[in-house]
Amino acid sequence: MPRLSYRRALTRALADELARDEAVFLLGEDVQVGASLVTTGLAKRFGTDRIRDTPLSEQAFTSFATGAALAGLRPVIEFQIPSLLFLVFEQIVNHAHKFPLMTGGQCSVPVTYLVPGSGSRTGWAGQHSDHPYSLFAHVGVVTVVPATPADAYGLLVTAIRHDDPVVVFAPAGAMDLREDVDDLTPVPLGRGRIHRFGDDVTVVAIGHLVHDALAVAEELADQVSVEVFDPRTLYPFDIDGLTESVARTGRLVVLDDGNRSCGMAAEIIASVVERVRLLAPPRRVTRPDGAVLPFAPALDRAVQPGRDQLATAIHLTMKDGS
Amino acid sequence: MTDADPVRLYRTVRLIRRFEERAVELVHGGQIVGGIHPYLGQEGIAAGVCAALGADDVLAGTHRGHGHVLARGADPARMLAELCGRVTGLNAGRGGSMHAADLSIGVLGANAIVGASGAIITGAVWAHRRRGRDTVGVSFFGDGAVNEGMLLEAFNLAALWRVPVLFVCENNGYATTMPVAGAVAGSIAGRAAAFDIPAVQVDGQDPETVRVAASAAVDRMRAGGGPELIEARTYRFDAHHTFEHAVRLDYRPPDEVSRARARDPVRIQGERLTDTDRAAVDAEVEAILDAAVRFALNSPEPDPADALTYLYASGLTARTGGG
Repeated sequence: MPRLSYRRALTRALADELARDEAVFLLGEDVQVGASLVTTGLAKRFGTDRIRDTPLSEQAFTSFATGAALAGLRPVIEFQIPSLLFLVFEQIVNHAHKFPLMTGGQCSVPVTYLVPGSGSRTGWAGQHSDHPYSLFAHVGVVTVVPATPADAYGLLVTAIRHDDPVVVFAPAGAMDLREDVDDLTPVPLGRGRIHRFGDDVTVVAIGHLVHDALAVAEELADQVSVEVFDPRTLYPFDIDGLTESVARTGRLVVLDDGNRSCGMAAEIIASVVERVRLLAPPRRVTRPDGAVLPFAPALDRAVQPGRDQLATAIHLTMKDGS
Repeated sequence: MTDADPVRLYRTVRLIRRFEERAVELVHGGQIVGGIHPYLGQEGIAAGVCAALGADDVLAGTHRGHGHVLARGADPARMLAELCGRVTGLNAGRGGSMHAADLSIGVLGANAIVGASGAIITGAVWAHRRRGRDTVGVSFFGDGAVNEGMLLEAFNLAALWRVPVLFVCENNGYATTMPVAGAVAGSIAGRAAAFDIPAVQVDGQDPETVRVAASAAVDRMRAGGGPELIEARTYRFDAHHTFEHAVRLDYRPPDEVSRARARDPVRIQGERLTDTDRAAVDAEVEAILDAAVRFALNSPEPDPADALTYLYASGLTARTGGG
């Protein structure tokens, strides 16, 4: 069984789609040399016409991709710093996302925005450590956060083939993960995955936090039976799958590497309690409100949602509902 | 490729002029809701530039975009229906005045974000060229856009990658109420010079002058040149938008407006025609617009249940907001 790293899974997905479809091309900063280590070797294989280095012009090349998509291509843009998405939010939201409706269905804008190394890489401080997936889910841009190498492959492939804009957040905390993979296949959007079955509480974890949730679930296994649900795509969200899980367990805790207010955790909780009567109030473990990641490693870690906080939240939920 | 027929050029400016006048009437009559940004006075630029284009070329414009779409050949009736928010409109009533688009003729849309057209057109032309087509593109924008970073980034990309995009600055003297002199350090042509993009200034009130300049630029671009810029000096005869009179903004000296109105592109081009030809075109345009108004006003309004149809090209459906 071959072992595949998360980072290499992304490379494999890009290479497979570039080989499969002439309309696919990649652009971004330092992609030819592969500064993110995700695009390594692609320029040599596919040429610099299809693997294009761009000047530091995020707004222009993001809209350039929109124009290329309107003309029938399927661009993939790599952003090496998640906070750059704040720079191009306008180009993605106001143009790429809105064109199909505003033109009355005359066009599609199949652009994939790939963000390897999203969230904290520890020590990169305030402007390199954001994890802004909830913003894109809020405006209705398809938003994907894979947790495992196989899902990273399968979801990136699906994103590139999708006819609307898709942002793929590859969390920094997952990039070095490896797993044994037999079969690489596309993963559908809007379908969650239960990584671990349990009876007492459903923990929804996003991206790299899935692995923290699994570790905590193991630690607590003799006290509480934890189900770990990975939504995989945040928009569209697999609310049916999650509802089914929570209807069984009756309890819900969300682990989300976004800010608390108006964050993904709040949305997940609201969507579940609209449908399910819980045995205990739901809880969320997130970054603080309005968080900016401080530089010093201990402070950086203090702002990110952690395993201890999750364990505490699970205990409190069990206590509340007992 | 260039259409040098003075009658057809006159027809285009006259069509845009009367379309705009009829549209303003419909705004005041309440049939167009939300207001429009009239292109009155600037018709010569869209008409002159589009006369230089071929069938495979693409363009994108601005919130003051009716002229660009009409000059490219969009159906005036469907365009007016779009402004009236009808399902028969170019965008099925989902775009309105500021987003009118007809991708079937290479019009990637009016765009309400100032300076947005440059990078989009650059990407589209690059994509068409990669597939072996001979496409050139036009990015229309106003004088206000030359202070937008996104547009200057697009200048750089187009020049660097030698993408044949004609950047057309419609310098009408004001960005809403901000005069050019108060907004633009340096010069508009100087912006292009910084990227080694050839630039010319032309009299935007003379459709034929614009056509000649645009044709020369398009010929050079098609022969392998990179982007070029035309700064067309013009003036909008009316307000920034149709709401402006209601709020009584006072920022343009009346004598400046009347002096500018004396240089009317419709009259300038019309004087190149015989009276008979001109009268025939005027009558033809009038009939087209009478029919367009009838078509627009008799067209059905969209079903509210379909408000978010077209949101996703992939067929994804959005959860509803209620209940």
